[in-house]
Amino acid sequence: MRKLDFLMAGVGGQGTILASNILAGAGVELGYDVKTAEVHGMAQRGGSVESHVRWGEKVYSPLVEQGKVDYVIGFEMLEAGRWPMYLHKDSVVLINRYRIPPPAVNLGKATYPPDQEIEAILSGKGSRILWIDATEIAKGLGNPAMVGVVLLGALSRLVGGAEDVWQSVIERQVPAKFVDLNIRAFQEGRSSMSA
Amino acid sequence: MKKLMTGNEAVAYGAYLNGVRVGAAYPGTPSTQIMENFATYPGVFAEWAPNEKVAMDVAIGAAFAGTRSLVSTKHVGLNVAADSLFYAVYTGINAGMIIACADDPGMHSSQNEQDNRNYAKFAKLPMLEPADSEEAKQFAGIALEISETFDTPVIIRFVTRTSHSSSLVEVSPDQVPPPPGEPQPYKRNPEKHVMVPAFARRRHPVVEERIKKLAEYAETLSINRIEPGDDSIGIVAAGSVYQYAREVFPHATFLKLGMVYPLPKNIIRKFASMVKTLVVVEELDPFFEEQIRLMGIEVKGKEIFPMVGEFSPTLVRQCAVAAELINESGAEAEAVATMAVNAAAKLPIRPPILCPGCGHRGMFNVLREAGVLVLGDIGCYTLGVAPPLNALHFTGCMGASIGVAHGVDKGKTKDRFVALLGDSTFFHAGLHPIVDVLYNQGTTTTIIADNRTTGMTGHQHHPGTGYVLQGKPTKFIDIEKVVRGIGYEKVDVCDPYDMDTFRKVLEDHLESREPSVIIALKPCVLQTKEKHTPPRIDPELCTNCGSCLDIGCSPLIQEKDFVRIDPLLCNGCGLCMQVCPMEAIIRD
Repeated sequence: MRKLDFLMAGVGGQGTILASNILAGAGVELGYDVKTAEVHGMAQRGGSVESHVRWGEKVYSPLVEQGKVDYVIGFEMLEAGRWPMYLHKDSVVLINRYRIPPPAVNLGKATYPPDQEIEAILSGKGSRILWIDATEIAKGLGNPAMVGVVLLGALSRLVGGAEDVWQSVIERQVPAKFVDLNIRAFQEGRSSMSA
Repeated sequence: MKKLMTGNEAVAYGAYLNGVRVGAAYPGTPSTQIMENFATYPGVFAEWAPNEKVAMDVAIGAAFAGTRSLVSTKHVGLNVAADSLFYAVYTGINAGMIIACADDPGMHSSQNEQDNRNYAKFAKLPMLEPADSEEAKQFAGIALEISETFDTPVIIRFVTRTSHSSSLVEVSPDQVPPPPGEPQPYKRNPEKHVMVPAFARRRHPVVEERIKKLAEYAETLSINRIEPGDDSIGIVAAGSVYQYAREVFPHATFLKLGMVYPLPKNIIRKFASMVKTLVVVEELDPFFEEQIRLMGIEVKGKEIFPMVGEFSPTLVRQCAVAAELINESGAEAEAVATMAVNAAAKLPIRPPILCPGCGHRGMFNVLREAGVLVLGDIGCYTLGVAPPLNALHFTGCMGASIGVAHGVDKGKTKDRFVALLGDSTFFHAGLHPIVDVLYNQGTTTTIIADNRTTGMTGHQHHPGTGYVLQGKPTKFIDIEKVVRGIGYEKVDVCDPYDMDTFRKVLEDHLESREPSVIIALKPCVLQTKEKHTPPRIDPELCTNCGSCLDIGCSPLIQEKDFVRIDPLLCNGCGLCMQVCPMEAIIRD
């Protein structure tokens, strides 16, 4: 059985924790041993959030070792750019093309890094970078909070596993009245990767 | 069937399955979800206590009454509850009692990174440490058994990574707790329960004898286990660190400790004789290392691994390579990686900030303008220290603000000063110092930033919200009435969104030179979901002066020649409209 390690990076309030729970649930459903790690940080909103999800035959550490992450899922561009140390040459980085300026940028005391800089940081070891307009897709569905599930849809295409396995996990984990919307978000994310 | 659970969820589940029916805690990262989860089980009583000491006493009392109990806390909460912890070790308990205590190595959300394993040795009680969620569930049962066999509370130690990590837990729908027994007469036993010196002197030898017996018992416990492997290195480890070491030393021989105090010395001796090099991998203090060295056994530990900060598999590997415990050849593309890592380190940071619409922001803006020395406390409002607000000058521990302000007052300063703490923190540890100010004729003005919740830990109720842990209504304890009842005569309740009024009230209180209280009342907007139409900035009127940016609100974004508001992020509180000198911020 292969191992798969994921790192989700985003900004507090973007839904990284729900997404990592769904990803962990999918791993269990697909027969893996699964561990996750996250930190409930200081503020309710607005800080960097990093969450690790690990699938394998037998997983010891809930934290992934640097140089061993297979998929980075960046909910926000700058947050994706922080983690080159976790990549290896065959890693895939999935980045939502969406900027949330941090305080120093808002104040005009720093500049938001251009796309090429983020790509340069992340592609150093040969990792593949895939951009996705997940926030745009989510807004198109009428709810920007769907961004995490859109990203999971895209990720599911890369990782494999039957579509209905992923969807059954989503059905179990989101409130009943949002299931249809989440499934649509998942499918849109999934089809965005096949293009 | 297996289910993913965090360590916090799993220990609550384990406690419930084993018949624990009373739980008490004060919220504190990373331990908060233990009590939140325990409270969801049928037939249990669970409460948010005003602070950890009260929670500890409640759990002890329940155990005295014959009901298994659980108290949960973060590491520094055990400092608050330490007085009660120490007597409970002397009195013993009647039914089993678990203290679930979570340390925070790396200080993700804490003021220090004390290693609470030291409390087990200090207070002389047993401590278990799970390495994953399945163990968290199982150790709850083992802890209760030990607790009742040896008549002592038992600590189950967590760290952030065991509390907040998920792993698979065996869940059986058929497994249910034993039915509760009929209430029994309270076992009145003054010699055991009244710790006057004459009785306490008789209890101390009992405590010493008990910890000796526990050390013998530790030798028989299957949760202290030797995992055979290559005998060139033997690793001693517990908890999440065991998991990291397992990845870094896949072939080594392991002594995996489930009970971290008292230690099984015979097993350790046997283990040491089995391996060529004995290495302790432990986060924070050299707790195992020192005890093993005292046994006369040669051991490596802190010469290889740091005393400071959180461990990770990466860190354990780097230290092991540096100490030549393992050979690592994986240096391919190292230079490229270093360049990328350096570039990543230069990206603008994203620290936690006060949320858009937060009532604390207006208060801090007024305090900064007034140039007041702010002796602060622990809560969301601690974020007032960050730029551009830069308006908080001290934070130590829960409740320290008022006492320190009173000391600053008596120690004399030219500065005008206030004490500042939140509503939950006020009930936690602010009542005693606010009495002290009045009693000892101080002049401190205390600002209670009342957002009607325990915000930082994720919106838990407290005595001043009118609701209990489960969200059901209860007696609302009114902070204004409390401070007036104590005897404060100068008390004002003020909405910090209205900065002009808040400014006038603050100046009036500071000029009065009498002990006083300002309650800055603004319920947390994340909790109330209060939201108004976002204003917009007219680029024609905006002179790009930056006044609005100084309130540090994230929807305000500096563009080239003007500032704009991101309507998706904006809460519409209107603070920025109050500070704009050009009246360029307009609500349509």
